[in-house]
Amino acid sequence: MTTATISTTVSKRPRHVARSLLRRPASAAAIGFVALLVFLAIAGPLVSPHDPETQDLGNRFAGLSSTHLLGTDEFGRDVASRIIQATRIAIVAPLIAVGVGLLIGLPLGLWAGLRRGAVDAIAGRLADTILSLPALVGALAIVAVLGPGLVNAMLAVGIIFSPGLFRVVRGATLSVAEETFVDSAEAIGSSTRRTLWVHILPNIAAPLLVQVTILMGVALLAEASLSFIGLGVQPPDASWGSMLKSAYNNQFESPFSVVPSGIAMVLTVLAFNTIGDSIRDAVGLRRRT
Amino acid sequence: MTTGQGQPVGEPLLAVEGLTIDLPGRQPGLVQDVTFEVRKGRAVALIGESGCGKTLTSMAVLGLLPPAVRVSAGAIRFDGVDLLRCSARQLRQIRGGPVGMVFQEPMSSLNPTMTVGDQIAEVRRLHLKERRSVALRQARELLTRVGIPNADRRLRSYPHELSGGMQQRVMIAAAIACEPKLLIADEPTTALDVTIQAEILELLRDLRDSLELAVLLVTHDLGVVADFCDDVVVMYAGHIAERTSVDELFYRPRHPYSSALLASVPQSGRARTKLNVIAGRVPSAGQFPGGCRFEPRCEHSVESVCRLPQADTAVDDGHRTRCGRVASGDLILEGAVRG
Amino acid sequence: MWIEVVGGSRHVPAPGSFVSAHRWTEVTVSARMVLRRLGGGLLVLWLVSILTFLLVQLIPGDPAEVIAGENATVEEVARIRTELGLGQPVLEQYLNWFSGILRGDLGDSLFTNRSVATTIAEAAPPTVVITTMAILVAVVIGVTAGIAAGLTQGSWIDRAVSAAATLGIAMPSFWLAMVLVSVFALTNPWLPATGYVDVRSGFGVWLSHVILPSTALGLATAAELARHTRGCVADVLTRPYVRTARARGASGVWLIRRHILRNAAIPVVTVLGLQTGRLLGGAIVVEAVFGISGLGSLAINSVLQRDYPMIQGYVLFSAVVVVAINLIVDLAYGWINPKVRTA
Repeated sequence: MTTATISTTVSKRPRHVARSLLRRPASAAAIGFVALLVFLAIAGPLVSPHDPETQDLGNRFAGLSSTHLLGTDEFGRDVASRIIQATRIAIVAPLIAVGVGLLIGLPLGLWAGLRRGAVDAIAGRLADTILSLPALVGALAIVAVLGPGLVNAMLAVGIIFSPGLFRVVRGATLSVAEETFVDSAEAIGSSTRRTLWVHILPNIAAPLLVQVTILMGVALLAEASLSFIGLGVQPPDASWGSMLKSAYNNQFESPFSVVPSGIAMVLTVLAFNTIGDSIRDAVGLRRRT
Repeated sequence: MTTGQGQPVGEPLLAVEGLTIDLPGRQPGLVQDVTFEVRKGRAVALIGESGCGKTLTSMAVLGLLPPAVRVSAGAIRFDGVDLLRCSARQLRQIRGGPVGMVFQEPMSSLNPTMTVGDQIAEVRRLHLKERRSVALRQARELLTRVGIPNADRRLRSYPHELSGGMQQRVMIAAAIACEPKLLIADEPTTALDVTIQAEILELLRDLRDSLELAVLLVTHDLGVVADFCDDVVVMYAGHIAERTSVDELFYRPRHPYSSALLASVPQSGRARTKLNVIAGRVPSAGQFPGGCRFEPRCEHSVESVCRLPQADTAVDDGHRTRCGRVASGDLILEGAVRG
Repeated sequence: MWIEVVGGSRHVPAPGSFVSAHRWTEVTVSARMVLRRLGGGLLVLWLVSILTFLLVQLIPGDPAEVIAGENATVEEVARIRTELGLGQPVLEQYLNWFSGILRGDLGDSLFTNRSVATTIAEAAPPTVVITTMAILVAVVIGVTAGIAAGLTQGSWIDRAVSAAATLGIAMPSFWLAMVLVSVFALTNPWLPATGYVDVRSGFGVWLSHVILPSTALGLATAAELARHTRGCVADVLTRPYVRTARARGASGVWLIRRHILRNAAIPVVTVLGLQTGRLLGGAIVVEAVFGISGLGSLAINSVLQRDYPMIQGYVLFSAVVVVAINLIVDLAYGWINPKVRTA
């Protein structure tokens, strides 16, 4: 499998990449959308039209109106406000998963790519083994050990992400490690740790960033799936996935209720994918296979 | 090997007239105003450095130009039919039927997922509507015909199981499967080892004689031209520089580019103190000089004449040049072979 | 894993076709390849068995107490401990457990006390059917759309397919499932919203229950396949051998079928193999939406009830399926790509 193969040493300057991302309408819109989500996640309570927790049982499943832009849910709560509230989880949950994946995959991948040896052999075998399991099945098994809950679910997703990240990092490191500047750094006595962080990491940033961005979207989908089957977010907290779950429970009464949180999720995943693909194009990496 | 010097009479088998090929919107004149003909049983060489438009010209004959490239003017008449204006159906019947084609790199030009036999049989199935088993039997004959031993077994080989020379034989077998009148060969020996080159050329010569094939041979190799062809069309930067018989070209080149090409070939019998290479590069399309396109690299250039566009002019019976100085008698060039 | 861009087709020998020594070498080579792949697959499965076994060992605290729950009696905890063999040394536990697996004994459920293997076998049919149908949906829609887009690059078809594929990849399958239920079962009562019936109850009824779940599950894979097929077709179109085929007079369906699809099929098959894992995972959630009691709901319930033998059995079963499918893909690969077959 060729996951993002690399022409790393000619990697373009970050500023150049950023400019080319903002110049394209699709990636600029995607970045704008993610920025909006981050803003809502931080400043949500200030801008949300209603209190997301206030129930109004006389006004259940209200349709779209000027007071309730996206209607109300089964407890008469304002859907728009709840979607805004849930952006926090939509940003934080993927960050946890990707962070855990990086915590495991990045150092192992760097080490394995530079030094090969036993670390490479063992970690590689382990990665193959985990990757042979369907991702959601693996995550489910880990949740079974850790117990349900958002953080545990995202830890599990992160662990499932780690072999993929390991492979990307290792592959990129392997090709960078062949460059002469690595040899010369080692020749003047750079420690392994310094070589990895100072000389290699910046040069594998591009493929890593692409992978991380796309995994953000995958993590959001995973969070939604796990929350939907009751292993992720637990009430009274709300994520788009758990909102979909209650929408599903009330689908006969209010078929429309599956739309708002679903659209929010699709747009967010789309935005992450667009950013990832655009970075890949901007730095001239090959497409995923 | 050449079939006499006199100009044959009657309709040519293939007549290319004023062919102009563009990349619309970007590069006009990849090939400009190219005119030549191929008569029955004759072998015509289309020669020039890479990028001169010779391959494009040969591809245009069967309508196989790359997607963005267009023929913007001219006519290509084969057996009286204008291939640029005939229906798609008519063109399909001509491709692989009366006109066979052999390409440069046999490895990538053969379908890796089809057996050699199926690829040859395909031509007969398409054109003669033969059943697969019948066509495969014919393919077996054809393999023997092009000198592949063990034809029964080879029929079921895949291209990657054959050597480059064998692959090119397979290409040729497929090209002649329907007994064409004209064979277009685009650098058929370039990708091969020198010894194999000679064998493939020998095979082509043999087929040419036995099938009375007319051949349009695209090449950059003057040795192949001398060995195989009757007439020659020298192309430079999208133009025809000179058009004549092979003997005339070697004895009396009438364009400085031709004579420079001749001089660049190491000659046996001459002291090899210096290998002449033409200085400079072929200009790329869109950056052609306004006057004679060879002028910047020409050692005989004279500003007053050569900065002007040059016309294609007949200098002798059947000998045309696009050099104004030669046409006016101002410049006399030396042949590679002196009589 | 080898991915080659070129190569690949089906060799269909003519009736009464020749058998020769040449074929023989191919047969032996591919037999060796099969054995090598099989060995690799078994190694992975063995490693999965270790990880699966370690699941119980990794439970924080005393596994038996955690599994039994907070209100459990001492006897119950003791029963679970013996049932899982938790008292013995770890290596001995593993060997006992693993030898059980080799005999097809995956243990018993902690809740129903029924055999895990039997329970999985009973729950598998709906999941297998829906996943298989999802693959069918994915291949039919994805490959067709991808071919159409690849052959008409830059056209409105191409753009529409690309846009739909981008959207399809971003869409969670369970949400798609809900939207499909909304449109085709609730707003318009054309198809049943939930449940699964066996095909023996009648093909029509069966199909009506299967069509929505497998579409919901398969569309994301269809999107992925469409993207890849488009890319492969576009790539094959630039290959010299396609030009050669056209120079022989091939065109239309003949050209597409024999020269373009055969070669484009190879990477597409690989992607399809990689997607089966995703489908198995997606099936968990899609089954939940449609209230189908297959492997997915079994898995969810087992996790919620902390029924570890069941979870272990489910994980192992999934791994076996994925490894088996990859093996089949590898073989199909060798079968359609003559270069691999003899290499």
